Amino acid sequence: MTTTPTTTPPTTPPPTTTVPTDAPPDRPSRKVAASSAALQVGEDHHLCPGCGHPVAWRILLEVISELDLARRSIGVVGHGCYTNIVRLADIDWLQCLHGRAPAVATGVKRVRPEVAVFTLQGDGDMASEGLAEVLHAAARAERITCIMLNNGVFGDTGGQMTAASVVGQRTKTSLEGRDPATHGYPVPVADLVSRLPGTAYVARGGVGSAGAIAQTKRYLKRAFELQVAGAGFTFVEVLTMCPTGWFVPTAEGPGYLGATFEATFPLGEIR
Amino acid sequence: MSSTVTRSTVTRGTVVIDRDRCKGCELCIPACPPSVLVMSAERNSRGYRFPLLLDGCTACQACHAVCPDFVFDVYRFDEPIIGSAGRGPAADQPEDPA
Amino acid sequence: MPASLMQGSAAVAEAAVAAGCRFFAGYPMLPFTDLLEHMARRLPEVGGVCMNAESEIEGVNMVLGAAAAGARAATGSCGQGIALMQEAVAEAALNEVPFVVFNMARGQQDYFQATRGGGWGDYRTITLAPADVGEAVEHTQLLFHLADRYRAPTVLYGDYLVAHTHMGVEVEQRDLGPLPDKDWALDGTRGGTGRSRQIWTWAMGRTDAPGPGPDAHWRRLADKFDGIAATEARSAQHRTDDAEHLIVSFGTSAPFVDHVVDELRADGHRIGSFRPVTLWPFPEAALAATVAAGPCAQVLVFEVNAGQMIDDVRLAVAGRAPVRPIGGVSIDGSGMRQGALLSAAAIRDRVLAAIEEVPSP
Repeated sequence: MTTTPTTTPPTTPPPTTTVPTDAPPDRPSRKVAASSAALQVGEDHHLCPGCGHPVAWRILLEVISELDLARRSIGVVGHGCYTNIVRLADIDWLQCLHGRAPAVATGVKRVRPEVAVFTLQGDGDMASEGLAEVLHAAARAERITCIMLNNGVFGDTGGQMTAASVVGQRTKTSLEGRDPATHGYPVPVADLVSRLPGTAYVARGGVGSAGAIAQTKRYLKRAFELQVAGAGFTFVEVLTMCPTGWFVPTAEGPGYLGATFEATFPLGEIR
Repeated sequence: MSSTVTRSTVTRGTVVIDRDRCKGCELCIPACPPSVLVMSAERNSRGYRFPLLLDGCTACQACHAVCPDFVFDVYRFDEPIIGSAGRGPAADQPEDPA
Repeated sequence: MPASLMQGSAAVAEAAVAAGCRFFAGYPMLPFTDLLEHMARRLPEVGGVCMNAESEIEGVNMVLGAAAAGARAATGSCGQGIALMQEAVAEAALNEVPFVVFNMARGQQDYFQATRGGGWGDYRTITLAPADVGEAVEHTQLLFHLADRYRAPTVLYGDYLVAHTHMGVEVEQRDLGPLPDKDWALDGTRGGTGRSRQIWTWAMGRTDAPGPGPDAHWRRLADKFDGIAATEARSAQHRTDDAEHLIVSFGTSAPFVDHVVDELRADGHRIGSFRPVTLWPFPEAALAATVAAGPCAQVLVFEVNAGQMIDDVRLAVAGRAPVRPIGGVSIDGSGMRQGALLSAAAIRDRVLAAIEEVPSP
């Protein structure tokens, strides 16, 4: 039976049973996955252990590279923990005000329609501060891709409730858990934009497992393909772990994500 | 899965782990389908434990997929190793970041 | 293009188009609305884009994006809407994205907003206050030039009179001199080359090509704004040579003040007027020199507000002469423009009263 992962590491076997992992293998082999993605220029970042954002960010870079968009893409990034990861990516970035990325991206796209323009925002950035921007961008059928990394918490400021915090979620500003009687209900941004006729594609993925990550990458790829084809507004929400902001051990992040967030925000293609 | 359960004795690949970049989140441990990653007792230069690899890696890349700290390179052997994955004879290392 | 009778908003729109503006985003608010309407009609004709933004906040951020991608871009509103834009104006000043903001204000009560700003951080905005429609046309083109020259947002301080007066004006493409290449603008073509670009207020750069970071970046910007302050101040004077009484006014108040000066000169008063054409940088040196040069007994400040520019006048005059307000709050019934105080008769009365109180030396 699978045991629940805990912070106590499994028993370390005697050193003689481990395989050396400090250098590439001596035997004939092929490198099938590199620590750095294409377009990635560094690995060190300041995000917490167990954070889900870097994984979402890596598959985004892979998609841009695999769709051959490296030489025609501009990212518009909001304010959050993820902002500093852009330091590791060799593409054009415009760092903008909290919540405003879809409006800024609109200006970029209208001036450079040949470029794949996307936003990278958190749920605090998009669902709380900037809900109007993303809804209107969708309503205008703006040919951009908006990506919301949703961990239900203001991570960068230390773990406060956002508009996307799920019912029952404990944060520093909902200490006993988000209570609808006091704090209302989470805003399902993906579902809202899916109702607007300007929206061409909406999907919600997650980074809680290797399978979900592969699926989310397919969603991102589809969104960019449709943007480039001029289909309309495209949107991908990515549920990511914030063990620091959730007050759970890092290894329990994916389990918490599945039990709480995926119950509120089901994964899948929505439109 | 407990460590006493028989692991595959077929090793199809291996990983290079940048142990000093690891922040010890352990996400790779349960993500590994053949359960051939375990956490070290030793701590790295940042004070975190880091994953160690046992025999039986399938080069499936799940660890690479879930790692937030870009710790893993994954290699697939041209020929699997039956038994212990000790170092084989030196050979050319064509790097194909497929 | 020969002079033609045009409404101020149409003239400013034509000037913006002539200056190469190809992106505009705004939200209606009188008396700015006409400019938005003209841009909505004109920009598509020249291959540009005019966006009906869902608010002033979105409008200015759209413009920031368009300008970051290399377009000449502009937005506008009046005081309240400009207030909503201030965060983005400050951001653009700090991440060095140039565009023009047209403030067709509902009077002269936005002087502090224009010169101090409501944003955050150590920033300034070059602000030109035209006296009439003809000058607004000239200023519009100059503001696009200065924005690109200094990579900073710039502001036109207009009002109802600028936006709605019809005047015979010529709108021609003006050559204002060479500008640096926009090699900083994002075009998305450099991904994977090691030469991709970032526009970021914190100027962090990539880990393999680090930026200066906020400390050095913001100190450089402070130096830049100091340089602008030292070189870009503009002012106009009217009959100041032997003036014992100097009236300072700005924008569309100035023609009224100049008219009163002419009247009082005819009556034998030694009086002149001084106008900051740039509200920021305020022409401190020029005003100080004017006061120091003549037999100046007093400086009278006429502004249709409760007293805002007078702070800058006092700083410039620096005690060389008494500085006294002769303006005040005055709004007409529509709430859209200056009220009864903005008339030659009212100004003349207040100037004469001030002359009585401080006899000439």
